[in-house]
Amino acid sequence: MPMLIKGARIIDPGNLDAVQDVLIVKGRIEAIQPPDTIAAEGEGIRLVDARGLWLTPGLIDMHVHFREPGQEYKETILTGSSAAAAGGFTAVCTMPNTVPVNDDAAVTALIVKKAAEAGLVRVFPVAAISKGLKGEQLSEFGELQDAGAVGVTDDGLPVMNGQLMRRALEYASGFGLRVISHCEDLDLADGGVMNEGPRATRLGLAGIPNACESVMVMRDIALSKVTGVPVHIAHVSTAESVAAIRRAKQDGIAVTAETAPHYFTLTDEAVEGYNTHAKMNPPLRSMADRQAVRDGLADGTLDVIATDHAPHCPDEKEVEFDRAANGIIGLETSLALGLQLVRDGVLAIDTLIERMSCAPARIMGFTCGLRPGRPADITLIDPLKEWTADACNLKSKSRNTPFDGWRLVGKAVMTVVGGKVVYGDDMFTGLLDIK
Amino acid sequence: MALAKKDILDLASLSAEEIRLILDTADNMREISDRPIKKVPTLRGKTVVLFFYEPSTRTKLSFDIAAKRLSADSLSISTSMSSLVKGETLLDTARNLQAMKPDVLVLRHGCSGAPYFLAQHLKAAVINAGDGTHAHPSQGLLDMLTIRQNKGRLQGLRVAIIGDIAHSRVARSNCEGLSKMGADVVLAGPPTMIPRGIEEMGVSVAGSVDSAVEGADVIMMLRIQKERQKKFLMSTEREYARCFGLNARRVARAKPDVVIMHPGPVNRGVEIAPEVADGPYSLILDQVTNGVAVRMALLYLVSGGGRHADAD
Repeated sequence: MPMLIKGARIIDPGNLDAVQDVLIVKGRIEAIQPPDTIAAEGEGIRLVDARGLWLTPGLIDMHVHFREPGQEYKETILTGSSAAAAGGFTAVCTMPNTVPVNDDAAVTALIVKKAAEAGLVRVFPVAAISKGLKGEQLSEFGELQDAGAVGVTDDGLPVMNGQLMRRALEYASGFGLRVISHCEDLDLADGGVMNEGPRATRLGLAGIPNACESVMVMRDIALSKVTGVPVHIAHVSTAESVAAIRRAKQDGIAVTAETAPHYFTLTDEAVEGYNTHAKMNPPLRSMADRQAVRDGLADGTLDVIATDHAPHCPDEKEVEFDRAANGIIGLETSLALGLQLVRDGVLAIDTLIERMSCAPARIMGFTCGLRPGRPADITLIDPLKEWTADACNLKSKSRNTPFDGWRLVGKAVMTVVGGKVVYGDDMFTGLLDIK
Repeated sequence: MALAKKDILDLASLSAEEIRLILDTADNMREISDRPIKKVPTLRGKTVVLFFYEPSTRTKLSFDIAAKRLSADSLSISTSMSSLVKGETLLDTARNLQAMKPDVLVLRHGCSGAPYFLAQHLKAAVINAGDGTHAHPSQGLLDMLTIRQNKGRLQGLRVAIIGDIAHSRVARSNCEGLSKMGADVVLAGPPTMIPRGIEEMGVSVAGSVDSAVEGADVIMMLRIQKERQKKFLMSTEREYARCFGLNARRVARAKPDVVIMHPGPVNRGVEIAPEVADGPYSLILDQVTNGVAVRMALLYLVSGGGRHADAD
């Protein structure tokens, strides 16, 4: 059934920022026109009054862990997709550290199939660089791509072997697969569990120095230069990494990068009291690093905001800090934390939307942007909606978020994927195309 | 005055006044151990569980003796006999212990922060008997008691702590406690073993062991572990002894009435020369004696006791 969304402020980065009406027919954008100029009366048309709301290209999270196959007790492709939709995301890229690892076309195919069954958001599997994430042998990039993989990474683990990373870049370039790098020198990490510094010293927790990340960022930049193949740096957390990427971009090296909402929102202060919901890899850093990450997002050094959505069950977090699993869920709080950057004057609103939609699309080779004829992947945002993040009331199967109980402002109120309403908040519940 | 705290988790969360109360109480307790019948009925009917996830001889024995001298029922669980080996989580273990209604739980654990985690889930008082590299409050207190007993004060003393500061919960608790009580704490050791930002605990770092012990009232040596070689934190034990160990020549740089301390167990000939460990200025055994008194004071105070009548 066609849908006419009326009166929203259309924010399509680099293209349009104006109040217009949007007509969706047969899953595609039919028209974007000034208010009340689309003649679409008649039966069988769904009218959506979106005055006061923002309408943006569907948000894309290029870094999530959906845990299926193998760890369905943490998250499934269905529950993860549901969390994504509720967070305003129309597409996600899933990391390969499932059980078994997504290093085999059969696993990729399973993910694609489960995502289709879920029928909510677009799920793009990213496959493993190395078999079993062991850093010993290249995966079958060609077969993985045929099965639906859009990129490769050993995320969760670094590619410690520089020669393997070089060859992965070269090999991937032949297939046009994006290489995503989890930058961590395991020797420098040395079993650390939080940011190195005075706080780690006082808490008696083993520290992870900034150099643990930045030396690998610098290595991958050098490998990108030597091969001429683009590399994308995952979850940037340190000032030194931001500086290295900025410099590399100035030098014309094809490096892109992402950071996560927790790195521009929190610091290692959140670890106080041995809070395991503040334990992730890379760790929360200092205030100076947080500022550098914000600056990097502002000037485009960091292209993308991605959540590194990492669900874990309470049994894996309600343990000794040293033994707690790394990572937090992020899909349902990402947009609101991003909007705080807009209120803090760090990003213009269209820049925020770009970092959360068109930038990841550009890096991963997806189309993005609101144009007639394209699939209707759109997010409707209430920028003023005040709400409280309640870990027990999220769509994700897991609750491991440090933002539990936070008062947040701004929320996706409707998420449309290919013309299908996959999430509707409050007043839009009635429009849902799913059960 | 009574201690207004359920748990003793670290010295950072105790005020100078509370530390003084604990030390004064321990001073009073010390005498009980000198009696022919070393037992008072103060904690009769209280259950003290000694829960040691890490091997420990001295600290466990010290807490056990302290509990028994106060007539508490003490029992100990060690890793090898606990459900841990069967894969039970700390949380489940805590819940099961709680169900048996102990009054005090004394926890030694290899993970920093583990006692905080237990304290949140237990009604019983939790006393940290050493967690990871974070804190060892009863050791810090017994060290302060020992210094105060010998020097009559803590305020204004120069205390040099030498060794592997990075991996030492004893060092951290002493840094917290001694600086809070007005002592001037100076640290030294191989730079690989000085953790980043330790100065923010109100202590200073000396460039060498020689300069750290210069004019010191107290020298506290830390145990060095041979495993640190594998982590590239030190070269050989031989070189460690030569460059960072305490010998008579270095002791001579300190004040004439300097006292030498060590939390034990001592690696003779590595961090401390035998003649220093056994020398007249060594308080190593006084520390052990005071350990029992401090732990009696802690058990007593977390059980709701005020000034102790039996001991006065």
